[in-house]
This record gives sequence, C-alpha cells and structure tokens, in this order.
Amino acid sequence: MSATFVGMPAFPTAARAALADTQLRHNLTHATHTIRDKRARVVAELPEWEELRTAGAATKDRALLTLDEQLVRLEESLTSRGAVVHWARDADEACRIVADVAQAHGVDEVVKVKSMATQEIGLNEALAAEGIAAWETDLAELIVQLGDDLPSHILVPAIHRNRAEIREIFRRRMAASGRPAPDDLTDDPGELANAARLHLREKFLRARVGVSGANFAVAETGTLVVVESEGNGRMCLTLPEVLISVVGIEKVVPTWRDLDVLLRLLPRSSTGERMNPYTSMWHGVTPGDGPQEVHVVLLDNGRSHALADQVGRQALRCIRCSACLNVCPVYERVGGHAYGSVYPGPIGAILNPLLKGVGSDPQVDSLPYASSLCGACYEVCPVKIDIPSVLVDLRAQVVDAHRDRRVPKPEAVSMRAAAWTLSDSRRLARAERISGRAGRWLTRLAGLPGPGRRWTSARDLPAPPRESFRAWWLRTRRRGSRS
Amino acid sequence: MMDGMRVALMVTCVNDVLFPRTGRAVVDLLTRLGVEVDFPEAQTCCGQPMVNTGYLDEAVPVVRTFVSAFEGYDAVVTPSGSCAGSARHQHRMVAERSGDAGLVAAVSEIGPRVYELSEFLVDVLGLTDVGAYFPHRVTYHPTCHSLRLLGVGDRPRRLLEAVRGLTLVDLPEAEECCGFGGTFAMKNADVSVAMGADKARHVRETDAEVLVAGDNSCLMHIGGMLSRQRAGVRVMHLAEVLASTEAAA
Amino acid sequence: MSAREEILGRVRAALADGPEVPTAAVPRRTPDGSVDVVTLFCERVADYRASVERCSAAELPERLRAAVAGERVVVPTDLDLDVPGSVVDDALSTDVLSAAELDALDAVVTRARLGIAETGTIVLDHGPGQGRRAITLVPDHHVCVVDASQVVADVPDAFDALDASRPLTWISGPSATSDIELDRVEGVHGPRHLHVIVVT
Ligand code: SF4
Repeated sequence: MSATFVGMPAFPTAARAALADTQLRHNLTHATHTIRDKRARVVAELPEWEELRTAGAATKDRALLTLDEQLVRLEESLTSRGAVVHWARDADEACRIVADVAQAHGVDEVVKVKSMATQEIGLNEALAAEGIAAWETDLAELIVQLGDDLPSHILVPAIHRNRAEIREIFRRRMAASGRPAPDDLTDDPGELANAARLHLREKFLRARVGVSGANFAVAETGTLVVVESEGNGRMCLTLPEVLISVVGIEKVVPTWRDLDVLLRLLPRSSTGERMNPYTSMWHGVTPGDGPQEVHVVLLDNGRSHALADQVGRQALRCIRCSACLNVCPVYERVGGHAYGSVYPGPIGAILNPLLKGVGSDPQVDSLPYASSLCGACYEVCPVKIDIPSVLVDLRAQVVDAHRDRRVPKPEAVSMRAAAWTLSDSRRLARAERISGRAGRWLTRLAGLPGPGRRWTSARDLPAPPRESFRAWWLRTRRRGSRS
Repeated sequence: MMDGMRVALMVTCVNDVLFPRTGRAVVDLLTRLGVEVDFPEAQTCCGQPMVNTGYLDEAVPVVRTFVSAFEGYDAVVTPSGSCAGSARHQHRMVAERSGDAGLVAAVSEIGPRVYELSEFLVDVLGLTDVGAYFPHRVTYHPTCHSLRLLGVGDRPRRLLEAVRGLTLVDLPEAEECCGFGGTFAMKNADVSVAMGADKARHVRETDAEVLVAGDNSCLMHIGGMLSRQRAGVRVMHLAEVLASTEAAA
Repeated sequence: MSAREEILGRVRAALADGPEVPTAAVPRRTPDGSVDVVTLFCERVADYRASVERCSAAELPERLRAAVAGERVVVPTDLDLDVPGSVVDDALSTDVLSAAELDALDAVVTRARLGIAETGTIVLDHGPGQGRRAITLVPDHHVCVVDASQVVADVPDAFDALDASRPLTWISGPSATSDIELDRVEGVHGPRHLHVIVVT
C-alpha cells in the first residue's frame, strides 16, 4: 500500500532534498506552467470573475459561521432521503466506521473515488489492516498507489511523475493487483489512460462497496456533489450496491442554489476548464438507480479546531481547486512531498498547522515559514483565502508557543535585540555608528544567528556604504525636521 | 495639490543602512519636482522583519516609534513597496495585539497616507514624466508586495517609459517572486536561492544592462546572484533611475 | 458523549466569538443579445472534442441511425425516439441490465434535461428519456439528443430550471484526464465518445 508521511523532516530539510532532484524540478515546472496558462485563459473569459470570488467566499463563510445549524440540517436532509449519517471526531473513528460498514457486507475490497478526506485519515492503510483492499480509481491516485508513492498535489497527486515514469510503474506494478499493462505499452498519455481503463474496469464491474468524498454537501437538500474528469467517480458512485462518503464538516453549503457560484469557480480554477467533464449530484438513495444503501460520515479531525482560529478559519473555505499550488513559486520548485502532508503547497502550509495545532511538532511549525509571502496564492484563490495573512498569523502563533522557553532560541534573542534598537532612533543611530560599516545590521534584522553564511553561500552582499542615509541627512540637510 | 502639504520620507531601515543612495535619490527627485520633503529623524523601521518572522510583541514598540515619527504628515513616501505594504496592511494587526486602542486608531489614520514612491508620483503628484534621462537598456521586476499587496499596477512602467534615453525590455515571467521574502531568504535559503537563480536567468535573457525594481531588498537578492555569476547586469532602484538627469549624466 | 454531540459542541465553542455572517450578491451576466446560445452551445461542446451536429426534427431519425450504425445500443425504456435494434433498459423492472451486460454494449442514446451554452455542458436529471445513471456511463459511446429549446445561456440559468430533488449528472465532453503532466487527454472510464445532436 501507499507510503506514509509520518516522520517527515521539517520543510527546509525536505525542500533541500527535493531541490536536488532535477527530474522532479523539470516535471513540476512543465506541469505547473501548463495549468497556469490554461487557468488564466478561462478565467479571463468571465468579466464577473472578481465578483464571483467574493460571492464564493461569502457562500462558504455563511456555511462555516453557522456550521452547527448547517450540520444538523444536513443530517436531517440526508436521513430523510434514506442515507445513514455517522459522525467521526477523528481519523480513527472515521476509518472504523467505514471498515465496519464494509465488513457488514463481507467484502474484501472497495473501489474509491479520489478524495482528500480519505487520504487525510489514512483510510486505505486502515482498511488494509482489516484485510480490505481499497482500490484507488483516479488515474493519478492509481499511479501513486501502484508506485507505492506519496501524493504530491491536491488535484493531480502524481504530478511529480512524467509519462515515462508512469509507463514504468504500470508495466512493473499493474499485474500484482489485477489486469496487467499491455505488453506494448508506450508512454503516450492516451495509451497510458487506456491501460488504466482496462485495469480498473473489472474492479468497477464487480465492486459491491464504493467509497467517496464529496466536494460539496448541501444542508437544505442533502445533495452530495462529486466533481471529476475521468468517470471513475461516476463508476464508484453508481455501480456498487453500497456507497460510503466521507465528508469533512467544512464541505457543507447552506442551499442548493449555492452550488451555482461554486461550480462556476471550481473547474476554471482547478483544471482550467469551463466545466469539468463530470459532476454528479445525488441525495441519499434513489430507488432503482445507483447504490441502495448509502452512508455519510461527517468528519471533524481538527476542523473545529481550525474554526476556532479567528484569522485562520477562512482556510476552511478551501474548495481544493489547487490553483494556489500551481502558481506557488515555492511549490513549483520543491513539489508536494516536502510539505509532509496530503495537503501541500500554500493551502497546506496553513491548513496543516490549523488542523493539527502549532507548538508541538517541528515539522508542522516549519510550514508557515515555507513561503516568501509573494501573494500569488491569494490572487488566484477562488474563495479569496488570504493565505499570506494567515501564514503571518501562524508564524506569530509558532513564536508564541515557544515564548516561555527557559533558554530562548537564538532567533528570539536577535529579534528582541533588533526590536530594542529599532524602537528608538537614537539607539539605531548609535548602532550604525558603532558598527561603522552599517551593513552588519542586515544580519540582525533578518534574525540571523551569526554571520550571514546562508546568505552568502550563493549571493554576494553589496558593499556596505560608508555613510548611512541618516548620517548624510544630518550632515547635509538637517532642516525643518521634527524633533 | 501640493500647496502646504507636509511630506515625509520614510527611508526604511534597509535603505538607511545599506542603500543610502536610494534615499538620496528620492530627496533629489522630489526636490527637483518642487516637493519639500522632510526626514523625520525619529524613524527607524516599519517592523516588518519582526512581524513576518512571527515576533509580534517585539514589533509593537517599533510600530509605536513609526507612529510617533510620522504622525501629522499629510503624506509619507517610501522607496519600498514592501514597507509601504507593511504600514498599510500589517500595522493594524500589531496595534491590535498591543491592546492599545490609541495605537490602533493612530495606525489606521496613518496607514492610508503611506505611499510607495511610484504611487506618490503618479497619484498624488499626477506625473508620469519626471524629466529623467537614463540612456540604458533596462528591464523591470515588479516586486510582489508592490504588485499584489499594494496594487501599484503599471505605474512604475509608465514612469520608466517616460524616461528619456531609456529602452525598456520585458522581463520573462516578470510577476514571479524572486525568492527574497525577508526571513524566507534565511530560513529557506535553498528554495530562496533556487527562485533567485531562475529570476536571474530571466534577467539575463533580456540582455538588459540594468535591472530596476522598487524594493532594494529584492534587488539585493537578485543582484547578489547576478554579481556572483559575473552576469554583467547591475541592479538599481527605480528612484535612482528617476533621479538621473541629463545634467548629471 | 456521542461523537455527534461532541462535534457540534466543539463547533459551537469555536464560533463563540459570534462572527458576523457576510452576504454578497451572486453575479449574473446580462445575456449578450448578439450571441446565439445554440450556436455557442455547439461550439463549446465541440471544444471538448465531442462530436456535435445540428439537424431538424425531420432529419433526426436518419441522423440517429447513422450515429450508432453497426453498434449494439441501449436506450432507456421511456425514450421517445426510434432506435432500431436497441436493447431497452428499465430501471424499475426486475430484468434491469447488470453492469457487465451494459459493458457488453457499445452505445447509449438518451435525451437530456438541458444544455448550458457558456460551458458546453449537458445536464441529465435521469427523468424521461434519460434512464438511470449507469446506462449513460458504462457504454463507450453516448449519443445525446438535445432540443434547441432546452439550451440555456449560463450556469445560473441551469440552476433556475433544474429540480433539486433529482439526481443530476453534468456532462462536459467525453471522459478526460489531466493526470499525466497536466495535459488533457480524452477518454478514460466514462464514455470516450460523446455525440450531441441538437434539434432545431
Ligand atoms: S486555498 Fe484557494 S486556491 Fe488553494 S486549493 Fe483552496 S480554494 Fe484553491
């Protein structure tokens, strides 16, 4: 089964390793630039795009800020349409519920629609421990699963793999879990997609239990929505007898009509299409059509913790389009694995600390710093999550969580020293005079312990000037300035 | 428009210490344009280095100093998009953290009067041609905070296009971050350098002689890479280009 | 405490600061009179590399025959179109086709609930002439007949017309994937060939 993120090093260390992987760099640059251009083209078609973003943010906020009412309403609507609603406080509880339903039907396999929530809770591993195989049916998920790999992107978990690598994985690994890849498989994307079609079709046709997530859950009507491209989602949602959907509690929207704005925002932001090939909407059980036993697992797993964060709660608006990853200059260079979570990139840098809390795990605490704060993510986010502001707020939370250490970090010491000097211009002027060549200041401002070796490893420093601006002004211009 | 307007220069700590030339260029330029600019000596720093590293408590006294230096001016001009962004968008957060309602009121009052240089020239003075002369091949990097946090748009480009003798060439992938990011350049030095290397490559592709931007910290980063590569491109702050005249050349 | 009570309790505690709930108008474009929605619909469907043709009601039977010539075809029991030699699927009868039986067929012919011009989307609500969801999924060729009067301009218009209580399948072109190097390839698990016939 898939590898796990447990024990990942902090971001800077993981990033250094990723930067050295030239194949990865090349794959990522190609893929992210392709999708950026497509997104920009289809977004430019809509003159109302900015208003749509505002409406999308308000729609999700309306749900999140009345979440208790919406969840109760969702439960009622689902139950009245024949679904069984379960509540899961955390990953273990959610996995247990899914395993129990599968076991009640005596199956040893389930087919899965790509879903972030089930990845987040480690469902495949939990089911495997119970002797149940969970077959990923999304092409990229299949590539990750067969390659015993980790997902590195929200939308395209195998974005770090190019066609030649995918061909190798299919040729070597497909046979172990079903129909082997054709002998003459080339690296043509159409052929690769066809190999996946053939491999998975027998699984779709025989599966008795399907597992999905949901992009949206409508409180008013009990509608669940799955947005996809390949048709694997439709297969899993309609062919099995039993369907279990694991839905994060932040996926709820109040009314059916709210889907309008979200379905106008998501495909263009996500795959850069006017609309994605398939969107399925269903409510509980439809007699004579699709699964006749339907379970919905409402998952918390840290979401209520994130909701309590007044600055960070906006991260729960995320509709997992992945636009922020695709435009992120950091993500583009290091890929998703460096973030150590199924949620990588800018959204991962805020969502993971918000879900898990800061101050205890150095890996999690490193994520808010994994950004240059360039703001490209905020600019494209269809639900206007101000990721840079949340990053800065989380950095403050990380610092605050360590404030009572008996031996402060060198960084804290230098920050305090800098603050002391910078809160009085006379102290600053004196520091400039004492250090003579004023440049030494830079290192302290940047919170650098010791000399800036990490700076000068690849960058020259400008020659420090002889005279600071302040000194020049005092020498030549002093007039009319306020004392 | 300018009559009786009290204008302060916020030079920024980085410029004060490392790039005094840029501060002097702003003074020269504004003086040439008939603006009497003051340098409030009480100023130090906008507090951004602390805020962006997560040290909000430490930023409080720095922001207080900022307020006491710039209170009462009609306009505060700064040759840094990043520091203007800090004053306009971060000071409120710091002030709220202090729990001091007076400080919150003061930063909310000053914030909107802080202008990045190109905004001041174009929006307040209503100028795009500042009478500069700079006979060189130039490319322009729109720094992230100018571009996205402040939304300065094409103001710097319009100013550069009006400079006599100047040839402006497009920078490929111009809007992509150079990788400086303040504390990021230290905490994630490897990624920062990787981003800077790509930016430097794009600069070289333009065959420009001078790379211009509105933030010296980004220029220090990109310029540091170009210099290490002996690329034959120098970096220059927008203010210095706009301050250049035929007389001085 | 049950998981339900605990989660709802945590959510209420998280919102104890009483945040103000925002409102924002949902934008809606005023229809551009110069654009013919049916023409736009056809263009946008074709952009996904689906086959699109327009014909009159009189021409339809012949066009349909040509579209599925030589193929084993399934149709929903209440389809009001004549497709000679087709297998009929009746969702509510006992002899409903199994997934494997559907897999042995080549094509399916259905109607749609509506079409959306802006996005080139057809929407099925699995009502009259559309069948249960599986029949438009498993066969590799979907021929969908849309009446010109069913084409709406944009997504909000579709929401005005659709019935929230029905299962819905929105289809925009043939099955596709962008999973290999984020480049789009048509044809994975859903029908690899989508053929839309617009009757004017
Ligand atoms: S944070 Fe915004 S841009 Fe990023 S995945 Fe979520 S919705 Fe998309």
